[in-house]
Amino acid sequence: MTSTGPIAVLISTFLASGVEAIEMVTIVVGVGATRGWRSTWIGVAAGFGVLAVVVAVAGLALRAVPIGPLRLVVGALLLTFGLQWFRKGVMRVAARGFAGIGGVVHEDEAELWTEPRIDWTAFTLAFKGVTLEGLEIAILVVAFGAGANQLGAGIIGASAALVLFGAAGLLLRGSVQRVPRSFLQLIVGVLLTTFGTFWSLEGIGVEWPGSDAAILGLLVVYGATAAIFVSLERQRLFGLRPAV
Amino acid sequence: MKLIWSWIVGFGRFWYGYIFGDDWTVSVAVFIGLIVSGVLTANHVVAWWLIPVIVVVMLGISLRRASNRPRKS
Repeated sequence: MTSTGPIAVLISTFLASGVEAIEMVTIVVGVGATRGWRSTWIGVAAGFGVLAVVVAVAGLALRAVPIGPLRLVVGALLLTFGLQWFRKGVMRVAARGFAGIGGVVHEDEAELWTEPRIDWTAFTLAFKGVTLEGLEIAILVVAFGAGANQLGAGIIGASAALVLFGAAGLLLRGSVQRVPRSFLQLIVGVLLTTFGTFWSLEGIGVEWPGSDAAILGLLVVYGATAAIFVSLERQRLFGLRPAV
Repeated sequence: MKLIWSWIVGFGRFWYGYIFGDDWTVSVAVFIGLIVSGVLTANHVVAWWLIPVIVVVMLGISLRRASNRPRKS
């Protein structure tokens, strides 16, 4: 009988969960810095709450969760919403330029939520990011851990990845908040569009060349698209030649 | 009853804004693209490129439409 050792399971689960945790933290930090933190944290807490219930109820049966349809729904929603921020971000960065928006928040263009009631947009984005990625991590733990009869090592590996990348996200939070809001909206729009494209197509069974590495490819394509459209918009607005 | 109705309307508005936003044509194109990608994949045709192409093309169309629109101020 061959059995995978606990260290191998711990490392595999840590690395695989790390990829999902980075995606989760990227969405949460981006949304929090753009829309405000209160509703984002409520969304994160609600997401982890739902996850805890699902994990407690489903347990080892998590391997049977239909992750494909879930990825399709969450991915399609992130994609359509991300495209709105992508578009608005291009228009706002083109209108203001990077230098002109530095450090100044213009009330008319900021996505920052200032009302006392909950911001459902930030809540929903954070909630979906946490539940989908968290569920994928839980499934990874079950697949790696229970599959090798090393569930404890799997749980430790995944928890370590969540804590490590979560802490990194918290540390980066201050730096992210110093980025001009309109530019941040463009960056988060590009990120949400990237993850949305990847997940929705994965959900319908499309095989990405390079698997998860395709996310980086998408990021490059959409980043270049953003730069080109900002240049074209600036040219249209001010008659400027596209910036190199 | 009025409170429930206003809650339902608010809920509907939130999701409309979340999915369709300022330009519903972009989201519709994405949904059609996802359906076509699904059909292509089911028929063993490589389809990963379709949505990125739709995203780039529809963004360009939507931005052009927005900048041709008269500005408020």
